Amino acid sequence: MTRAPHWLVLMTLAAGACSAVVPDAPPEDETLEGPIEGLTGEQLSAHLAGDAEFARNFGAAEGVGPIFVAQSCSSCHVADGKGHPVFNLTRFGRMTTAGFDPMRQHGGPQIQHRALPGYPPERVPAGATGVSVFMAPSVTGLGLIEAVDDSTILALADPDDRDGDGISGRAQLLAPADLIATVARLELLFDPGEPGRHRPIDGRYLGRFGKKAGAINLLHQTVTAYREDMGLTTDLIPDDPTTPEAGVFAGDDVADPEVGSNTVANVVFYLKTLRAPPRRAPDDPEVRAGETLFASIGCARCHRPAMTTGASRIKALDRVVFHPYSDLLLHDMGPDLDDGYTEGSALTAEWRTAPLWGLGLAEQAQGGQAFYLHDGRARTLEAAIEYHGGEAAASRAAFRGLGAGDAARLIAFLRSL
Amino acid sequence: MSGRLAVVVVFLALTAGAAWAQDTSMVQGGIYQRPMVFGSTRTAVGGYAEGGGRHLTTDGVSEGWSMELRRFNIFLFSSVGRRIRFISELEFEHGTEEIALETALVDFVVNPSFVLRAGILLPPIGAFNVNHDSPRYDVMDRPLVSTEIIPATLSEVGFGAHGRLAPAGFSVSWDAYLTNGLGDGVILNPTGRTRLAAGKGGEQFAEDANGNPAFSGRVAAHRRGWGELGLSYYLAVYNQFRKDGVDVDRRRRAELAAIDVATEVGPVELRGEAALARIDIPESLAEVLADRQWGFYLDAVLPVWRPRIRGLERPTVAAVLRVERVDLNQGRFGSTGESRGDETTAVTAGFSFRPAAGTVFRAGYRRESFRDLLGNAPVTTAGWQVGFATYF
Repeated sequence: MTRAPHWLVLMTLAAGACSAVVPDAPPEDETLEGPIEGLTGEQLSAHLAGDAEFARNFGAAEGVGPIFVAQSCSSCHVADGKGHPVFNLTRFGRMTTAGFDPMRQHGGPQIQHRALPGYPPERVPAGATGVSVFMAPSVTGLGLIEAVDDSTILALADPDDRDGDGISGRAQLLAPADLIATVARLELLFDPGEPGRHRPIDGRYLGRFGKKAGAINLLHQTVTAYREDMGLTTDLIPDDPTTPEAGVFAGDDVADPEVGSNTVANVVFYLKTLRAPPRRAPDDPEVRAGETLFASIGCARCHRPAMTTGASRIKALDRVVFHPYSDLLLHDMGPDLDDGYTEGSALTAEWRTAPLWGLGLAEQAQGGQAFYLHDGRARTLEAAIEYHGGEAAASRAAFRGLGAGDAARLIAFLRSL
Repeated sequence: MSGRLAVVVVFLALTAGAAWAQDTSMVQGGIYQRPMVFGSTRTAVGGYAEGGGRHLTTDGVSEGWSMELRRFNIFLFSSVGRRIRFISELEFEHGTEEIALETALVDFVVNPSFVLRAGILLPPIGAFNVNHDSPRYDVMDRPLVSTEIIPATLSEVGFGAHGRLAPAGFSVSWDAYLTNGLGDGVILNPTGRTRLAAGKGGEQFAEDANGNPAFSGRVAAHRRGWGELGLSYYLAVYNQFRKDGVDVDRRRRAELAAIDVATEVGPVELRGEAALARIDIPESLAEVLADRQWGFYLDAVLPVWRPRIRGLERPTVAAVLRVERVDLNQGRFGSTGESRGDETTAVTAGFSFRPAAGTVFRAGYRRESFRDLLGNAPVTTAGWQVGFATYF
């Protein structure tokens, strides 16, 4: 064995020359992740810093808990997509003569069912009349939704159904609690001179994020999620969630705030600048036919195909048309989707129209199986449609009336989103 | 005299007359099978250095080439007397990013079959934790099972004993130690998963995290020409269940069982280990944090060319293959019944060149497939690695 075997030399050369041994990126239209186009270098750097924080796991030493649901943002929003039942959020409250009580004195409105060792996790308390399970939504394209002017959303509202089409979308107007006023003021500090949003409307603020539109902007959503989902304190919400039976001050022993304002800012910027979910085969004739059916049976009255953002300092978000397939309004969805729980001014059967973009990529982040609707109860798109009642009852009836071919075309369209 | 003591006395009496076994135990004797120890009559200094570069791509995204001096370890050995040996290892990892006293132990040889050991030692969980000097391996990366399940390199302060027996044709080695054990970071650490390695900490060299020493033990059989087969076990209480004398949680155990093998099949050298971990997890965390993990690796090294190079005794080029897999969260989700993911499978293929026994240059291609906790489509990382490791 004094000369190198020929096969050894050949193998080495072949391996070195072969580009196929390097894994390719998945096709652009098969992934949710990625920044919106048109960001500057500095903005991309900020986006990536936020991406890292979004994926960061917080351990006990970093402040997670004492009660929590997940250790990181990306636990619930894997690859920026929809959540999985293992990280579902449980919210509760009770209906009283004075309205809906989120039972804050009992740890409401959200259960943190995981806890540091030795610490009691939360349970739904006795007396709760409404319990709802929320599956984490996809976080893509949220900056576009945030950049829509209040007036654009309000113009779509028809609370008294004056046009007689059976659809009566309502805007979620939230009382100006301290946190809401603060997150609105902070947003305006960074985006002054843009009067289209984050300003009170008759003393209230327009909600647009969350299943019940209970959050007014991404800062509001982010700091709330840090506390309610991860048990992490921020400058804006400096107290840990605690289990009532352990006592309200029985928190962890990590100095607050556990998440600094720079981290919060990075994550908010990341969420603002995530691209919209890509379409797949939008020009396929079957998909186009399904899109026509989607409009003709009335789905598009709530799941509105297009919206336009207002003015924004981020050029990529500035007055652009995008396609969320939502009107961001509250609609009565009927008794099947009435969990007896609500937020803000929404009734228990009312839900914000879920944006449908990204629907076809949902299962990519859910372990290969899709879980649709607010709690993941529907395993197919057909089943999800079947749960639509209330204002959507007529569209559901029309869907039932479609032949198999047309129903398949409609589903093909939904899966292209 | 108690029954247990009588057993020990009988054991020592029987083994005292046994012939001194050759120091052929590949794992147990590993810390003394280093070039600077050979021929040393009193005190010797040595060590090893390991470095390399890599170009890896994850699903089309690459950070390009990166090079590092991964480890620079210094050994200090001293034969204090006929029956007393001291050895230590100071590790500089990634330059001076991490500096750790990895070993500092004294062996008192009562008899080759019974050697007392105390200090900062390497609990014998599998073979790699004890026997992991980089120049001994033909693949650059440490095996996943040995770092992600067995928390190599695990150094703990404690004491115990080890020895070798030599029944007909075999060498049987045994080890048993009590050490300070792991700490709280096993769960709810910044990795977001159960990770025994996150329970390691420098403070464990100063005091036990919970007053419950960990036990580790290994039994191995070795026969010249056959190789070595080892079985090992580790048990620790990892949580701080008591604070200021008050119980705040129950004792939570971390257990590891491992099997290791090193042998030759024809011209192919095979070496590998498999490990199973069981961790007591609080009920509320059970669905997301693993209570069971397992994994294995197997290295195959086939010498393919012995070039003639002046001044080198027996330079060897070998083809190398490693296959490995770890499942860091075994079981199914209670909420959906689906299998939990958090699994990595990897293959490394390449070549090594050993100009001398204690020096190796390595080049290889690694392809790794990671499936996340939810079982989503795997993320693939692949690329090239080149590096070296040498004793000095």
